[in-house]
Amino acid sequence: MSGMTDKKNAFRDNTMTLLAIAALAVFLWQAPRILDGYKVRIINLIAINAILGLSLNFIYGIGGMFSLGHAGFMAIGAYVSAILILTPEQKIAMWFLDPIAPWLLNLHAPFLVSLLAAGFFAAFFGWLISLPVLRLGGDYLGIATLGFSEILRVLIMNLTPITNGSLGIKGIPAHTSLWMSYGILVAVVFGTVRIMNSNFGNVLKAVRDDEVAAKTMGIDTFRTRVLAFSIGCFGGGIGGALMGNLITTIGPTMFTIAQTYSILMIVVIGGLGSITGSIIGAVLVTTMLEWLRFVENPLTIGSLNIPGIPGMRMVIFSVLLIAVIIFRREGIMGMREFSWNWFFSLFGSSKPTKGGERV
Amino acid sequence: MQNFISALGLGSLYGLIAIGYTMVYGILRLINFAHGDIFMLGAYFVFFATIQYKLPWALGVVIAVAGATLCGLLVDRIAYRPLRDAPRISALISAIGVSFFIENLSVVVFKGMPRQVLQPDFLTRPISLGDVKLIPLSIMVPVISFALVAALLWMLYRTKPGLAMRSISHDIETTRLMGVSVDKIIALTFAIGSALAAVAGIMWALRYPKVEPYMGITPGFKAFIAAVFGGIGSVPGAMLGGLALGFIEIMSIAFFPTLSGYRDAFAFVLLIIILLVKPTGLMGERLEDKI
Repeated sequence: MSGMTDKKNAFRDNTMTLLAIAALAVFLWQAPRILDGYKVRIINLIAINAILGLSLNFIYGIGGMFSLGHAGFMAIGAYVSAILILTPEQKIAMWFLDPIAPWLLNLHAPFLVSLLAAGFFAAFFGWLISLPVLRLGGDYLGIATLGFSEILRVLIMNLTPITNGSLGIKGIPAHTSLWMSYGILVAVVFGTVRIMNSNFGNVLKAVRDDEVAAKTMGIDTFRTRVLAFSIGCFGGGIGGALMGNLITTIGPTMFTIAQTYSILMIVVIGGLGSITGSIIGAVLVTTMLEWLRFVENPLTIGSLNIPGIPGMRMVIFSVLLIAVIIFRREGIMGMREFSWNWFFSLFGSSKPTKGGERV
Repeated sequence: MQNFISALGLGSLYGLIAIGYTMVYGILRLINFAHGDIFMLGAYFVFFATIQYKLPWALGVVIAVAGATLCGLLVDRIAYRPLRDAPRISALISAIGVSFFIENLSVVVFKGMPRQVLQPDFLTRPISLGDVKLIPLSIMVPVISFALVAALLWMLYRTKPGLAMRSISHDIETTRLMGVSVDKIIALTFAIGSALAAVAGIMWALRYPKVEPYMGITPGFKAFIAAVFGGIGSVPGAMLGGLALGFIEIMSIAFFPTLSGYRDAFAFVLLIIILLVKPTGLMGERLEDKI
C-alpha cells in the first residue's frame, strides 16, 4: 500500500474513532432519560466488567500469566476507595462493633483521588505478591494467586478496625455514573492499545510466546512480567472501586472465587489476548447473567405455569464456560482485534483488506 | 491428646482427598478443581441414602461411593478427555467450569441450606481408654484412611493397572505405544480418586454432622495444598502432607487460640511458602521444563 493511502486511511480511522466516541457520548447522555434505573445499572456494570476483563486479559491473555487472584485485587480497590470516600462521622457510625483504626478515621478524599489510590494500592499489592509467585509458572501461579485472594478475604474478615470485618461497608455514595464508568473504560482501552503497540507491549508478547527465546534476546523476563502483572492489578483495583461505588455496599462475601470466575469467563469468551474480545465478552456475560434471571422467576406461558428455579442461571453459566472451552477454545475474537479496515471490508469495498488483523 | 486425635482425623481426611489430586496431577498435569465437589457429592449421597430414604448405613456408603465414582468418571469423560491435547490451562479452565457447575447444580437440586446429618448411635457412644474418652468415629476415621492408602499402594506397586498408572505418569506416549489403553487407565485413576474423595466426604459429614453444597471448596483447596506439600504425584506424600496440614491447623489453634479467625488462611500461607522454598514438596520428583 502506498504512503498516500496509508495517510488517507489513518485520517479515516481517526475520524471514525472520534465519531464512535461521539456516538457513545450521545448514548450515555440519552440513556438515563430513556432507560430505567435497572437498565442503567446494567450498562454501568458492562463498563466495569469490561475494565475488569481487560485488566485480567492484560495479565493472562497478553502477559501469559494465569492469575486467579483478580477478586482479591478488586477487593483491595473497593475497600481503599470506600474508606477514603466516607466521612469521619459515617465511619464512626459504621464501625460500631470495633472502632475504626484512628489513622484511617480522618482520611478523606474525593472520588477520583480515591479511584487512583485504589488502583495504586492494588498495583502495589500485585507487585508485592508477584515478586514471589511469578517465579512459578502455569497452573501453580493460578493456585498461588487464588491462595492470595483467599488469604486476603480472611484478612478482611478479621481486620475489623480497618475493614469492619464481616459487616462490610455500607452507604458508599453512588459515584459511579455512566460518564464515570465509560470515561474510565475509554481511557483503559486507549491505555491498553498504547501499551500493546509500544516497545513494552512487544517485549511482553515475546515473553509470553517464548520465555527462553526472549531471555536470549537480553530481555529481563521477570521484570517484564512483574510490571505487566502490576499494571493488570491496577485495572483490577479500579474496577473494584467502581463496583463498590455502583453497588454502594461491599463485604468480604462479594469478592469470592466466583467473582474471579466470571471475569475469567469474560476473557475466555471474548478471546485471550484480544482487547475487542474482552469488551464483547463483558457485554455478553453481563447481559446474559441478567437475562438468565428469568429462569429463576416463575414464568407463565398461556395456561402453562413454569416454577422458577433459584440458582439455575449459574448452572447455565458454568455449562457455557465448559462448552466454550471445549468447542471454541479461542473465544469469539481469538487473538484478533477490531479495526476500521475490517469494518469497511464488511461493506464490500474493493480495497485490499487486512481483515481482522491486529491493530 | 484430644487435639492429637482430632488432628489425626482431620489430617487423614485431607490426605484421602489429596490422593485424588496428586494422582490426577501426576498423570495429566491437571489440577482437578472438581475434586472437592466430588467429595461434597459423596457426603450428599450418603445423606440422602441413609437419612432421607432410611437405607442401612452399609448400603448407603456403597451407594454414595459408587455414585461419586460415576460422577468422577463422567467429569473426566465430558470435560477433560476432549482437552487432552489442548494447552494445559484450557483443561484447567474447564475444570474450574466443572467445579462451578457441580456446586451450582447442587444448590439447585439439594437446595442451598446446610442439612443436619444424624450420626448413627454406634459411632458416637463414648468409650473410655484409661482416662481419655473417645467416640469410635474419631478412631475409625484414621484407621479407614490408612487402610485405604495401604490398599492403594498395594494396587499401585503390585498390580498391572498400577504399573500402567505409574508408567503413564512418566511418559504418556511411550506407555500408549506399549499397548496400554491410556484412556481406560486415566478413567481408572479418576474412579479411584473419586471413590477415596467420597469416603472422605462421608466421614467428613459424620464428623461435622452437616452437609451443604459449598462444603467441598475449602477442604478441596486445603487437600490440594497438602498434595503440593507432600510432593505432587506421590501418593504417600499426599497422605503425609494431609497429616502435616491437619496437625498444623489443629495445633496452631490449640496453642494460639486468638488466631482461630485466621484458620483458613494457614493452608494458603503454607502453600506460598512451599512453592517458594521447595516446589517439589517433601516426596516429589523434580519436573524440569523441556526447552
